[in-house]
Amino acid sequence: MDLTLSESELAFQAETRAWLAAHVPAEPLASMDTAEGWAQHQAWERQLSDARWSVVSWPERYHGRDASLVEWVIFEEEYYRAGAPGRVGQNGIFLLAPILFDHGTPDQQDRFLPTMATGERIWAQCWSEPEAGSDLASLRSTARRDDERGGWLLNGQKTWSSRASYAHWGFGLFRSDPQAQRHAGLTYFLFPLDADGVTVRPIAQLDGEAGFAEVFFEDVFVPDADVLGGVGAGWDVAMSTAGNERGLSLRSPGRFCAAADRLVDLYRETPDGPDRDAAAQGVVDAWLGAQAYRLYTWGTVTRLAGGGDMGAAGSVNKVFWSELDIALHETALGLRGPAAEVGSTWLDGYTFSLSGPIYAGTNEVQRNIVAERILGLPREPRPSRGAPT
Amino acid sequence: MRFEPTDDQRDLAGALEGLLSASDTVAVARAWADGDTAAGLALWRRLADLGVTMLATEASPVEVAIAFEALGRHAVPGPWVESAAYLPIALGHEVEGVATLALPPLVPFALDADVADQVYVGATPTDQVGAQHPSVDRARRLFEVTGTAETHPEALDLAVLATSAQLLGAGERVLADSVAYVKQRKQFGRQIGSYQAIKHCLADVRIALDFARPLVVGAALGEVPASAAKVAAADAAYLASRTGLQVHGAIGYTAEFDLSVWITKIRALVSAWGTPAHHRALLLGSLVDSRDGTDR
Ligand SMILES: Cc1cc2nc3c(=O)[nH]c(=O)nc-3n(C[C@H](O)[C@H](O)[C@H](O)COP(=O)(O)OP(=O)(O)OC[C@H]3O[C@@H](n4cnc5c(N)ncnc54)[C@H](O)[C@@H]3O)c2cc1C
Repeated sequence: MDLTLSESELAFQAETRAWLAAHVPAEPLASMDTAEGWAQHQAWERQLSDARWSVVSWPERYHGRDASLVEWVIFEEEYYRAGAPGRVGQNGIFLLAPILFDHGTPDQQDRFLPTMATGERIWAQCWSEPEAGSDLASLRSTARRDDERGGWLLNGQKTWSSRASYAHWGFGLFRSDPQAQRHAGLTYFLFPLDADGVTVRPIAQLDGEAGFAEVFFEDVFVPDADVLGGVGAGWDVAMSTAGNERGLSLRSPGRFCAAADRLVDLYRETPDGPDRDAAAQGVVDAWLGAQAYRLYTWGTVTRLAGGGDMGAAGSVNKVFWSELDIALHETALGLRGPAAEVGSTWLDGYTFSLSGPIYAGTNEVQRNIVAERILGLPREPRPSRGAPT
Repeated sequence: MRFEPTDDQRDLAGALEGLLSASDTVAVARAWADGDTAAGLALWRRLADLGVTMLATEASPVEVAIAFEALGRHAVPGPWVESAAYLPIALGHEVEGVATLALPPLVPFALDADVADQVYVGATPTDQVGAQHPSVDRARRLFEVTGTAETHPEALDLAVLATSAQLLGAGERVLADSVAYVKQRKQFGRQIGSYQAIKHCLADVRIALDFARPLVVGAALGEVPASAAKVAAADAAYLASRTGLQVHGAIGYTAEFDLSVWITKIRALVSAWGTPAHHRALLLGSLVDSRDGTDR
């Protein structure tokens, strides 16, 4: 057991901290779900990338620093502690890039990774459909072979696609084999959101901004070169990111440590009274939760560095951080007393935190996974192979 | 950077597990509760031979935590926190035999003073042992002692850590036994463990314990205060005990069924060596002091 950082890790930490201290915008950017905020966030991605901070764990040839997992965690901790802007490119960087590295062709890597690193091309995840939420394998969007042109025609509808209102490209699953059921016969496609036949309709979220969108496909042509990971292999390819999303990459501990520190500051500034008294336990528990998450992550990093994989532990993680995030922000609103309803970064954080138990696989589904795959309890009844979907 | 046990630490855990799982510790704890301490004292000597009583002075808090997790998992009775965590640090040497102490007001009674070779108030020996009080955990025998005591802060931290580790072990045991039970018990023609209401409750226990453990280990490494370990381990173990009882139904509510040994032990340990409220208040105080506008 040893939590000390090496000389080079400490140097990396110092360099990260110094750069962020000098460059993080003093004023928070506008919401990335508005046109103005989108442009600001894209410019920030560019600035990060120019100094090679946008994708530290990637290879140098794709604007990265070849940072180790430990260094990645250090970067994230420093990033959020510095109060730096949310990452508008996160869906591409954290969800698509790992698949491109593992399953992409060299041509796909060269075409897609550089503009992802610079923030020039922002990606949206197009998985969910109106009838396929938790039960993603029941999806109905199709891909029909077009031999003449050497590609596929996409049809159907995706929805709840974060950032799709402004994003440039999407990645998603389509049924390429109409005879196959559920997890079989799905293929993973990459496509421009301004392609012929694509219609994007923004959807306003709880805060009124168009944070996600529905996406319609009418005979959208995708060449073979933009199939990721092989025809019919879509489910396995997609699931290799689901683990990432729930586990290490989507919510780094730095976010919660920084938020918990700010919560302590808010508590200190709150005048004595019943609101402050009532929040005391929530403040301690938010700090404890953030520390637990930080230390737990070092355990995960140790296991991964030793060749282990996330497995179902990603589900343990996801339930924990999403509930921690809500509790932390509820406590903050409690401290703000009568001003809780007034627009503030705490209110924005609170509203966003409410979606945590829903996206990236609902917490009910995660609890099923923990119970079945970690505790070994009997599995949920599942549709049989031949059943209609 | 390696936040996982070393091979030596795994070996220590393995050796303790081997000894304790072969020692019918539930029978030992039940006999102890009935005033028959012979088996408990014999087990004490075997654990001392394995080195448990010298870990506080000869090894690191990580090893202490590993040992106490095993003691909690197997519900080993006796004043272990007192003899093998607090006193060795407060006195500056390993304790020979069995010792106990009170540290009023935080630790108002001396645990198992009737079987101890030496009783202290703080680090001062006393022979003024008074009335016995029952505990919710019948294997904990609480005695009044008179005197006032100075607290040894480092010794207290180690005692709090050891109590937290015991809670973690006890919580893990309740979860494991509950999972085994719900896979085997059938109602309405199905294993009760196939019902989502049961699954989700047990998943929450798994999650709580998984996030309490890094705070216990982190406290052992000095990354977070011992209070952090105590709050998280107490909350997680208590959730385990409440959930464990619920998923067992009436059988879990009997003294005869072994689950009772851990349910009562956990409730006792939740308030031993500082209640969760006490430790939360300490944490809040230090957070507010340290976040005075400057960075960590
Ligand atoms: C802010 C936000 C951003 C999102 N971003 C994206 C995105 O970028 N791309 C994308 O593809 N999708 C995205 N989603 C969609 C998200 O993945 C889905 O909402 C999620 O998978 C749940 O599906 P659903 O909403 O259809 O709910 P449903 O699946 O209909 O679930 C409704 C309720 O039923 C429960 N339930 C369902 N099945 C079970 C079961 N087996 N056992 C117990 N309870 C069950 C659920 O837990 C939930 O409480 C986003 C969602 C939100 C809120």
